[in-house]
Amino acid sequence: MSELRELVGLLRQIDDQLVACMRCGMCQAVCPLYAETGLEGHVARGKIALLECLADEVIKDPQGVKERLDACLLCGSCQANCPSGVKALDIFLKARVFLTGYYGLPPIKRAIFRGLLQNPRLFDSVLSIASKFQGIFTRPVNDAIGSSCARVFSNLIGGRHFAPLADRPFHETACERDTPRGVSGLKVAFFYGCVVDKMFPHIAEAAMTVFDHHGVGVYMPHGQACCGIPAISSGDRQTFEQLIIMNMALFGDKDFDVLVTPCASCTSTIKKIWPMMAEGLPELTRYRVREMAAKVKDISEFLVQDVGVSAMAGTPEGPCVTVTYHDPCHLKKSLGISAEPRALIAANPRYQLIEMQGADSCCGSGGSFTLQHYDLSKRIGKHKRDNIVATGASAVATSCPACMMQIGDMLSQAGDKLVIRHPVEIYAETLAGR
Amino acid sequence: MDNHLSQKFEEIVGKGNVLASEVDRHSYSYDAAVLPPKLPALAVRPETAEALGRVVKTCNELGLPLTIRGSGTNLSGGTIPSVGGVVALTGALDKIIEINEADMYAVVQTGVITAKFATEVAKRGLFYPPDPGSQAVSTIGGNVAENAGGLRGLKYGVTKDYVMGMSLYDVNGELVKTGSRTVKCVTGMNLHGLMVGSEGTLGVFNEIILKLVPPPKASKAMMAIFDDLGKASEAVAAIIAAKIVPATLEYMDDFTIKTVEDFAHAGLPTDAKALLLIEVDGHPAQVEDEAAEVEAICKRAGATGIQVAKDAAERNKVWEARRAALSALARVRPTTVLEDATVPRSKIPQMVRSLEEIAAKYRLTIGTFGHAGDGNLHPTILTDKRDHEEWKRVEAAIDEIFDVALSLGGTLSGEHGIGTAKSKYMAKEVGVSSILYAKRLKAALDPKGILNPGKITGE
Repeated sequence: MSELRELVGLLRQIDDQLVACMRCGMCQAVCPLYAETGLEGHVARGKIALLECLADEVIKDPQGVKERLDACLLCGSCQANCPSGVKALDIFLKARVFLTGYYGLPPIKRAIFRGLLQNPRLFDSVLSIASKFQGIFTRPVNDAIGSSCARVFSNLIGGRHFAPLADRPFHETACERDTPRGVSGLKVAFFYGCVVDKMFPHIAEAAMTVFDHHGVGVYMPHGQACCGIPAISSGDRQTFEQLIIMNMALFGDKDFDVLVTPCASCTSTIKKIWPMMAEGLPELTRYRVREMAAKVKDISEFLVQDVGVSAMAGTPEGPCVTVTYHDPCHLKKSLGISAEPRALIAANPRYQLIEMQGADSCCGSGGSFTLQHYDLSKRIGKHKRDNIVATGASAVATSCPACMMQIGDMLSQAGDKLVIRHPVEIYAETLAGR
Repeated sequence: MDNHLSQKFEEIVGKGNVLASEVDRHSYSYDAAVLPPKLPALAVRPETAEALGRVVKTCNELGLPLTIRGSGTNLSGGTIPSVGGVVALTGALDKIIEINEADMYAVVQTGVITAKFATEVAKRGLFYPPDPGSQAVSTIGGNVAENAGGLRGLKYGVTKDYVMGMSLYDVNGELVKTGSRTVKCVTGMNLHGLMVGSEGTLGVFNEIILKLVPPPKASKAMMAIFDDLGKASEAVAAIIAAKIVPATLEYMDDFTIKTVEDFAHAGLPTDAKALLLIEVDGHPAQVEDEAAEVEAICKRAGATGIQVAKDAAERNKVWEARRAALSALARVRPTTVLEDATVPRSKIPQMVRSLEEIAAKYRLTIGTFGHAGDGNLHPTILTDKRDHEEWKRVEAAIDEIFDVALSLGGTLSGEHGIGTAKSKYMAKEVGVSSILYAKRLKAALDPKGILNPGKITGE
C-alpha cells in the first residue's frame, strides 16, 4: 500500500475533469445500476462527488470510495447522456488505476493478469487443456443457446449458465494468414479477441468466410494478446501497458488498411482506452498507438462502410427467422455505432429484425462486474431478457461476445430457446456454398 | 457514526435502507445547486408510506432536522440537508397508484419520476403538461415541493395548476388529507395549495392527486431569427396582443446561439442577435391559422428569417437546438450557475440589456435563454468556482441580477425555488413582515423546526 498523500495528489491531477460535473443528476435517468439500487453512490454524479471528497481530503478512508467505484458496469450510459460532457469513463478508469496503485492488485487478479494475460501462449494452452476437461465438471443445459452449468456446486460458477469453452479454439483450427488485397482492394488485420477465440470460434470463422467472399486481404497472426480491458478495469495499468506493447509488436508495422475486430469491447478499448491510458509509454509508441486507434473498426462498420455490404434484393426462400438486436454499450454508447450491425443483419433476406424495447440498455455484464456483483448483474440482465423475449423473436443478435455470454446466461436460466448470433454470422449464412 | 441512531431507523425502514457510512453521508450532502455540501448523520430509504410517516415522527421526537430528497436536482439548495440531520429518500416510493381516464386525474406516490409518469399518462391518451428541464429524473414530490415550471408554462401553467389534492405527514407523523379527486372541492382549507412550493418545510408528502388534460390534437413549431433583440420582444408582445397563446415561446441570446451551434451543429444562424422558438398547439384548423398568424407577426416585427417545421423531424430539429442550450453552455467553463430571475414579459428587453451590462461590468460570461412567453429567463453564468477572485464577481453579479429583476416588477425565482441560495434576498421582494408571517406559520406547524430548516425563510 502506498501513501494516501500520493493518492490524493494523483486525484488532484484529474481535478479539471472532476469539476466539470455540475451535479445536475441527469445520469440517474440512464444508469442501469442506479435503476436497480437507487443509491447516489452508484450513479456517476455520486461517484464523481466521492472522488472529489477524496481529492479534497474530506473523506479519509478510500476503501468506501473504492467499493462504490468498483460497482460500475463501465457501460458509458452516463457519459453518452451527460449534459456537460463529463468524461465519466476516463475518470473512473483513471481513478481505478490510482486506487489499485494505493491498495495493490488482489492476488487472484495478479495471477490472472500478470501470469496469464501477459503470456498469451501460456494463456492459450491453459485454456486449451481446460476445454478438454470441462465436461467432467459441467453439463450442457440448453441446446439452443449451447450453455452449460456446474455439475457440482462451485463457488466461481454459482448458478450461472455459461457458454462453455470451445472444443478447439479458433487459433488451433485456423492458420495464420497474410493474404494480399483481392477484388475489394482492401486488406484488414484481424484481431479476433480472447472470447471469440476461446468460446465463440464460429464468429471468427464466419468473418473469414465474409473476407474471402469479398476479396479482402487478411493479416492474422496468432499469439494475439488480450486487448487489456479486464486489466485496466481492475486498475492494472502495468498489465494493460504490456498488452498494448505486445499487440503493437504484432500489428504495429504491418501493411493493412483497417484493424477489424468482431468484439465491441475490443474495438472500443483499442479506439478509446489505448490512447487514453498509454500516457506512460514512450512517445513513439504513443504516436503509433494513436495511429492504431484511428485504424480500428467493428466488423459490421467495416463491412457496411468500406466493403459496401447492403440489404439484398429479392424474396427469401423458405421461412423467415425473426431476430432482435442488442446494442452493446461498447459499440453504441462508446463509438456511436448502431445502424451498421442492423444493416448487416438486413443483408440476409431470410432474417426479419424486430426491435426490442430498450435495445441499447446495458445487459448487465460489464466484464468483471458480473463476477463481483453477480446478483445485481442478474437483476439488470433480467430486464434485458424480458425485453428480448417480449419481441417473440427466435434469435437474438449482438456484436459483443461478453454480451453474448450474459444474454446466454439469462435466457438459459429462464429456459428460453432462442439462438444467439453475431451479425457477421447472420450475414455469412448468405454466402455459404457460394 | 451514531450506531444507536442507525439502529433506531433500521427498526423502521429495515437494515439495508439505513445509509450511514462515511461515503453514504457524503453522497447525500449536496444537490444540483452551486453551494457547499452539508453532511447529514444518515440517510434512510423507506419502502412504504407507513415507514415514511414513522421516520418523520421519529425525527420530530429526537429533534433531528429532516430533509426529503427525490432525485436531488434542486438548483437552490432545497435538498441540501442540515449538518447532522436525516435525509429521507423517496426513490422506493415510486408507485403510480391510479390513472383515471374517465375523471382525468391520477394518484401517485411522491417518488414517481416526472417523465415516466407523463409517459404512462400519454399511453392512456391523456396529458400531464408540466415539463421541468430535469423531468427525466425529477420526482413529482420534488416538483410539487418546488412548484416546478417548464417550457409549457405560458399556455398550460405550472405544477401548482395540476395539484388537486394530497395526503401528507405532519411533523408528528399523522396523515393529513387535503383536496379531492373532484374538479370542485371547497371542503376544508386549501392546504395542498399551501404545500405547493413549501420546499419540504411544512409537511412530508405521501400521495398526490394530479389533474390530467386531453392532449392537443396538432402542433406546429417554428424558429424566427432576429438581428435585434427589440424586434424579437416586439414579436413576443404582438403574438400575445393577437390573443394567441403558444404552448412554448422560447428565447435564445446571441452568445447561446453561437455556443449551441459550435456544440450541436444544428444549423443555427450564428450572426443572429436573438432567436425565438415557437410552438402552437390545439385543434388542427386552429393550429394552421395561428401558425400562419405568428409567422406574419414575426415578419412584421422584422424577423430576418423564419423556418416553419414541416414534419416531426423538422420539429425535432427546432427543439433540439433549445434542448442543447444548457448542455452547450455547461461545457464552456467548469462551473455553471443557472439562474431563473423572472420579469413581466414586457420587461424582457430591459432585463436582457441589464444582463449584458452586468456581464461587462463584472467581466463574466453570461449566456441567456429561457421562456420568453412567461418572462422566465435563465441567465447562465459560466465560471470556475475554484477561482476565488472570479467567484466574488459572480456573487456580486447575482446580487445585481436580482436587484434588476425586482426593480422591473419581477421575482427572484420563476421555477427553481428559494432554498438556501436565495433566502437572503427574500426581504427585498416580499418585505420582512411577509417572512415573519411565514415563520409564524412554520413555527405553529413544526414547533421544533425539524422540517427542512433554513429553507425559504432562512435560519
